[in-house]
Amino acid sequence: MKDTTADGVALTVSGDAHPRGYLEEKGFWSWVYTLDHKRIGLLYLYTTLFFFLLGGIFALLIRIKLLYPGQQIFSDHMYNVLFTLHGSVMIFLFIIPAIPSGLGNFFIPLLIGARDVAFPRINLASYWVFVAGILVILASLVRPMDTGWTFYTPYSAKTAADVTLLSFGIFLVGMSSILTGLNFLVTIHKLRAPGMTWHRFPLFIWGMYATSIIQVVATPVVGITFLLLAMERLFGVGFFDPAKGGDPVLFQHFFWFYSHPVVYVMILPAMGIISEVIPVFSRKPIFGYRAIAYSSLAIAFIGFLVWGHHMFVSGMSKTANIIFSFLTFFVAVPTAIKVFNWIATMYKGSITFESPMLYALTFIFLFTFGGLTGMFLGALATNVHAHDTYFVVAHFHYTMMGGTMMGLLAGLHYWWPKMTGRMLSEKLARAGWLLTFIGFNVTFLTQFFLGYGGMPRRWAEYPAQFQPLNIVSTAGSWILAAGILIMFVNFIRGLYTGEPAPASPWKGLTLEWQVPSPPPTENFEEIPHITNWPYGYTKRKTDGYE
Amino acid sequence: MTKEHGTGYGIYVIVWIALLVLTGATVAVSYANLGLMNVAVALLIASVKASLVALFFMHLKFENKLVWTFALVPIFFLLLVVGGTLSDTLFR
Repeated sequence: MKDTTADGVALTVSGDAHPRGYLEEKGFWSWVYTLDHKRIGLLYLYTTLFFFLLGGIFALLIRIKLLYPGQQIFSDHMYNVLFTLHGSVMIFLFIIPAIPSGLGNFFIPLLIGARDVAFPRINLASYWVFVAGILVILASLVRPMDTGWTFYTPYSAKTAADVTLLSFGIFLVGMSSILTGLNFLVTIHKLRAPGMTWHRFPLFIWGMYATSIIQVVATPVVGITFLLLAMERLFGVGFFDPAKGGDPVLFQHFFWFYSHPVVYVMILPAMGIISEVIPVFSRKPIFGYRAIAYSSLAIAFIGFLVWGHHMFVSGMSKTANIIFSFLTFFVAVPTAIKVFNWIATMYKGSITFESPMLYALTFIFLFTFGGLTGMFLGALATNVHAHDTYFVVAHFHYTMMGGTMMGLLAGLHYWWPKMTGRMLSEKLARAGWLLTFIGFNVTFLTQFFLGYGGMPRRWAEYPAQFQPLNIVSTAGSWILAAGILIMFVNFIRGLYTGEPAPASPWKGLTLEWQVPSPPPTENFEEIPHITNWPYGYTKRKTDGYE
Repeated sequence: MTKEHGTGYGIYVIVWIALLVLTGATVAVSYANLGLMNVAVALLIASVKASLVALFFMHLKFENKLVWTFALVPIFFLLLVVGGTLSDTLFR
């Protein structure tokens, strides 16, 4: 960690021969058949952001229903369908693919000095398999799912809803995820620019590498689980039915063996983004580079050992309960390593609060809330009390929305000028951030209290004493929606009328800032030679930036 | 990465015959009732077959350490999922 000068990555910014860069070619087919990782990344981003809005609408409907304790507005069945759709859409069509497949596709080759990913055709195929999965999922809406996004047996094996179709759709989406992960692993191993050693990687690459391992190793398990479920539903094979010698808890084991590690598929790339944003806006070299890098691998590994903590009240053996509870606490160690290193990076830095930094700080603040309440849930005794209550809902949203989504928004605001060649309005970005921050906390902080007071999750009706806090939470969801609306207005405005972006608006030192905005199709005129790590930031007054 | 294997087609024929023999063994064993060992024997034969396919048909035998690592890591995770699940079912 002695290398703190910036000269290693200094490249001359090539001339503006194609001011529209990789966006130069126009027309529908130029997108459908594109092999350019940047265009495929954008396709993923637009698709996932669309489903983010759709999932958000489901969430608003859920919150409206919960304004009243009794059966109001929607039938109970409709309520079950709504929260299943909200969960499935947000998890499988937004939060899992958004950062890895969207920003990851766009920036992994740029950050390691490559012209594209290792398998551009597989990359395009992965996008269209993803779209096929979406279409199958939409087809399942004819008899919409009401099992919750977790598909627990025995109910999912018996309900008249289209479990088989929805799970097949998710099977396809999972296949796309595996292809993407595989592509990234090979790209990171084989396509690095000369001199780009593992310890000169931007930390986003370390995050994405750990993510890709999880995608490749864990996703097949949920795919197989859904096949077993389909065989039980279609052919009556008794994998999960005790009457036929099966075990419903087995489904939960298989499901969570994937679905717990997959929360790290969601959070690790976001942590990678935060590791990029914090040093840029603190004008200081990242503190504890290797600790942050290796903690990504540690999180990915430990993430595979803790799935049983979702199952403490499922009837699982006491021995397994104790083992899984014990192991769960280990996840906190590498996570805390990251948080402390980010804070140490900011210490005595010359911090400025542009929108990417605001979102990055929000990530640290909210994710710490989410992480610490995770300790309550990892501990056996408190878990039994808080299990299946709104405490879990609040915890999950603090980690995933307060964490991953804020990380994604930090990344979007940070890299928007690079991706589109246009700047966002900083004023609108800050307004959107403020409302999102306030709205998020009003919506979900209340749910910790609701949950600790005993309000069960997933119940369409609740005891009347919980109504006041539910009203607060629903009002919060509207503030949150207003913030996100402003953000999207800013995105759309930025696409058409934003100021043209310079090559490096934030004075970043990683490779993507050394090429024009938007980057040319081939990324680099000449593949750069790397001689140093990319975090050689010095404070503003001395480096002549300001 | 891919070296000249220099083994000719003969080895593929031998592996193919070995796979056929092992398939026959699986069928033959299924007629004998070995109790709990039924599953163990079937899994053992299947693992040998899968290893043969990976080593020779998929050229793993001729690959470098990196490819070997990527081939072996998932086996470790498979043991994890089996072990973790057994920590439940064996102690209920």
